[in-house]
Amino acid sequence: MAELTYRDAVARGIAQEMTRDPDVIFFGEDVAKAGGVFKTTVGLYEQFGPKRVRDCPISEQAILGAAMGAAMTGLKPIAEIMFSDFFAVCFDYIANEFSKSRYMSNGQLKCPLVVRTANGAGSRFGAQHSQSVENWAMMIPGLKVVAPSSPRDVIGLLAAAVRDPDPVIFFEHKSLYPMKGEVPEGEIVDRLGSASIVRAGKDATILALALMVPRALEAADKLKAEHGIDCEVVDVRSLVPLDTQTILGSIGRTHRLFTVEENPRLCGWGAEIVSIVADEAFYDLDGPPVRITTPHIPLPAADSLEDIALPTVDRILERVRHSMEG
Amino acid sequence: MLKNPASDGARAGINDDIGEERRLTMYRLQVEIRESEQRAFDLFLQNLVKGTSHLSLGQEAVAAGFAAAMKPGDLSFCTYRGHAHTLARGVPIEKVLGELMQRDNGLMRGKGGSMHLTSAEHGVLGSYAIIGAHLPIACGAALRAQYKGEGDVTVCFFGDGTTNIGAFHEALNFAAVWKLPVIFVCENNLYMEYTPIGEVTAVDHPAADRAAAYGLERIVVDGNDADIVYRAAAAAYAKARAGNGPSLIECMTYRHSGHSRADPAKYRPEGELEKWKERDPIKLYRERLRQFGVSEEAIAAIEADVRRRVDEATEKCKAAPPPPLELLTADVYADGGFAWRN
Repeated sequence: MAELTYRDAVARGIAQEMTRDPDVIFFGEDVAKAGGVFKTTVGLYEQFGPKRVRDCPISEQAILGAAMGAAMTGLKPIAEIMFSDFFAVCFDYIANEFSKSRYMSNGQLKCPLVVRTANGAGSRFGAQHSQSVENWAMMIPGLKVVAPSSPRDVIGLLAAAVRDPDPVIFFEHKSLYPMKGEVPEGEIVDRLGSASIVRAGKDATILALALMVPRALEAADKLKAEHGIDCEVVDVRSLVPLDTQTILGSIGRTHRLFTVEENPRLCGWGAEIVSIVADEAFYDLDGPPVRITTPHIPLPAADSLEDIALPTVDRILERVRHSMEG
Repeated sequence: MLKNPASDGARAGINDDIGEERRLTMYRLQVEIRESEQRAFDLFLQNLVKGTSHLSLGQEAVAAGFAAAMKPGDLSFCTYRGHAHTLARGVPIEKVLGELMQRDNGLMRGKGGSMHLTSAEHGVLGSYAIIGAHLPIACGAALRAQYKGEGDVTVCFFGDGTTNIGAFHEALNFAAVWKLPVIFVCENNLYMEYTPIGEVTAVDHPAADRAAAYGLERIVVDGNDADIVYRAAAAAYAKARAGNGPSLIECMTYRHSGHSRADPAKYRPEGELEKWKERDPIKLYRERLRQFGVSEEAIAAIEADVRRRVDEATEKCKAAPPPPLELLTADVYADGGFAWRN
């Protein structure tokens, strides 16, 4: 075991897959010689050379379109969109093109590609460089959507995404880049579509994703220590495919559900899960499901405002305690 | 352009750089497209073609000229006005009409429809109905060819209206910077949907006048003359295969029908259609073959064979069932299904 940052795990994951498969290529803006604006891809250009690691113009449509054309014809491209907010300028490819081409062509075409992007708030970048937009991808049939919360998951889920035959949107959280975690030596390959119980507990289930996972864990520790409420924390990890077995299994044991979502309120991933639980596990519940989200607002730049916009450890704690103690 | 057939002797003249066999192929392709598109229109009127449809009547020479310059393994990307380019790659008429009629015998068994004709085995990697989307995708296919040294060339057909959308400019720059083996072909039929392209574009030639911005040669050709189209295409394919990067070719042509099924094209100035019909690519090429000494019987035989095949395809499509209901949820994901949860 070695300690690695989430940031360095990105480069290690890409390098692992590029070493394994010569058909894996990687491109995006400032990703090669500069090593990425978040320094997530340092060293790849030097290791794999200019044919496999390429700097692109500021042309997000060209980047995703080229990834699609390369994937259709036999490569396994990893494309980077610098900020997930920029999906809005290349959304045609995400919403209309590589997500639908297999279906429209009756299975003739395939698009085994990965779009990596820096998602989420915490950097005081304001409303256009801070959003959590995983629900933009989750709503589109044909895509797979993952969002790791730890360095180990970055490598394992990225490897699974590269090896997957379908297009995968891979959300990295920019506030997690400096986070350190234990990572085993050697190849790491995870599985898409599996949630992870990161803290066992018997009183309530808290579902979280990406940056909200460490916050949920901290809140759970305090809830136990200060209020005797023993929460199970489930890292959803993969929105599509969604591991409903693990989620419903946890609720079957705890009988309470909380979601912690960074996205603005409407149509967040938690809403979909709550609806599934209402359909299929209503009588397992001992109380109403509670969604803890960012309010339905654009994100502000000022740290004092951004800090209270996202679900905080205290807000998670208070909402759970209030609901549990009724 | 052409050698003087009268002085050389017609049969000798036809065997120039294009040659008789290729010319007969280009004629057959143009007639096949014309007859198939006309049939698609007729089937609309019988309510047997559903949804929408965008015909290439009048634009056949572009498809035929480019197809004749391709090699097996070369890739084509088309727009929703893509029936012509799909047929030109050798896709059976029945497969195309079947898809337009949304039957089980269609190219995609009715799941794609008229605007998304795709036949991977013929190198047709899709027809794209979001304007400009396929230019970057074509770049990616060409990037793969370059990266793997596979030698094939990708062509991307689009209309004049595409030249004003961002993806056009992103793709042209991308292809030029990386010297990708891709050919961008603008079929300038003078109208972006219902509006004259000149009214909404800052330059006279919407594609070619932008070529310099990407370090590319300005190329405008008569898109109604298959010989001229073929020569421009052959030069661009040779350039791409030699590793000398992309080309942008603007083919001047004219669509005889409206933009789509819904459009009677009332916006045309009086006499414009008639003027262009005098330069109908099929009429023009039939006359070319005659000048070269191809017999009336040989020309008539090509036309009769095409009509027979269109008739046969039509009957097969009319008899074909609709797609089975289990196709509804098939092939969303690579496992063949649509499961988004366990």
